[in-house]
Amino acid sequence: MTERPTGEPLVRLTGVNKWFGELHVLQDVDLTIDRGEVVVVIGPSGSGKSTLCRTINRLESIQEGEISIDGVRLPDEGKELARLRSDVGMVFQSFNLFAHKSVLENVTLGPIKVRKKSKADAERRARELLDRVGVSAQADKVPAQLSGGQQQRVAIARALAMDPKVMLFDEPTSALDPEMINEVLEVMVGLARDGMTMVVVTHEMGFARRAANRVVFMDAGRIVESATPETFFTNPSSDRAKDFLSKILNH
Amino acid sequence: MQFFIDNFPLLRSAFLTTLSLSLLAGLLALVLGTVLAALRVSPVPPLRGLATFYVETFRNTPLTVVFFFLIFGLPQIDFAVGFFTGSVIAVGLYTAAFVAEAVRSGINAVPPGQAEASRALGLSFGQSLREVVLPQAFRTVVPPLGNVWIAMVKNTSIAAGFAVTELTASLQRLSNANAGELVLVLLAVVLGYMLITVPSAFAVSRLERRVAILR
Repeated sequence: MTERPTGEPLVRLTGVNKWFGELHVLQDVDLTIDRGEVVVVIGPSGSGKSTLCRTINRLESIQEGEISIDGVRLPDEGKELARLRSDVGMVFQSFNLFAHKSVLENVTLGPIKVRKKSKADAERRARELLDRVGVSAQADKVPAQLSGGQQQRVAIARALAMDPKVMLFDEPTSALDPEMINEVLEVMVGLARDGMTMVVVTHEMGFARRAANRVVFMDAGRIVESATPETFFTNPSSDRAKDFLSKILNH
Repeated sequence: MQFFIDNFPLLRSAFLTTLSLSLLAGLLALVLGTVLAALRVSPVPPLRGLATFYVETFRNTPLTVVFFFLIFGLPQIDFAVGFFTGSVIAVGLYTAAFVAEAVRSGINAVPPGQAEASRALGLSFGQSLREVVLPQAFRTVVPPLGNVWIAMVKNTSIAAGFAVTELTASLQRLSNANAGELVLVLLAVVLGYMLITVPSAFAVSRLERRVAILR
């Protein structure tokens, strides 16, 4: 893939620990993500990869450690946190489009309410983005009238409308019918090519090979391995990763 | 028929009193109840506690006691309100507790992903509630709020005991004066209440269909 830009890392996780009650879901996680880097997080279910993704914009709080974005430590709550979140795009497994708003309104809500853009400006930009993800014809429908793949592409446009510094994808294709997965992955590959910084939790190994700068493999709340896709898929260093890959790649 | 014509002015003014009492108290209850519901789901524990305390207090106090407190209790601390105003406040404060619980159930019925997505965009808690959660919550609470409204219209009858000449008070007056036509008196008063509640029920079911949300 393209070479990684240098400079201060955009996202930095240091010594992150999180528990759900007794369950230690994130254990001493250290991770840095550079500007323009595409990091794919893979691992078996329950390995903590979604939780890791959700801590980066503090949809999940952490008990120990530190997370900073663009040099700013994640605030605990309130206005500061909201401001920071507005710079971090998030795409969910279940799309989470606002059910009572049209597709266009879904994309303009953040820019109007958070960025204080005028309605006209926000709509112009929203239509551009909907066009870019290939759903401009659906702008006036409500989300439930769209297919899953279309909804997820709207969700990507909604996140992009905030001009985020980094995009988080939490299993963006896991809720989709197989024939809709590619239309979403194509949009994501395009974003990666355009230099967007991305953290992608996924089971799509093809996407990891095509678009990732780095693959992070998690198991039982720990980062077990972090390598280029090339190295990871052909010559993983840990037994756990070898075992995982042998189970998913042998079909 | 002659009975209705003779007593029309009293019935009309009693009906209008019940109607305005209901509308004003209903408005107060809707606004206050929504605020209370928002406080009950707020991330700030003292605000949640305050709202819970309010709801439990008013939900578990008989409405008549609330009337007594507002109309005879408040003057003791040099804060007198008129009978009508006091009644509006009593019914409104009391009903707000029930509105709050209905709206809260509606908020809980909105899938958590909706609030997550709005917070992820950078909306504040208040914005996320106003723009995303409450508009969807209200759609699901239209039927239970309809129930609360109808119960409240009938609850305004307690104002009869506090010198407000609404429908139930007119029942007392008319039945004293027309003991022979008690059935007609009852009929007139019941019709008065139904003139408010039956159209409300229709309006609620129409509203329910109009705001139904596609998921």
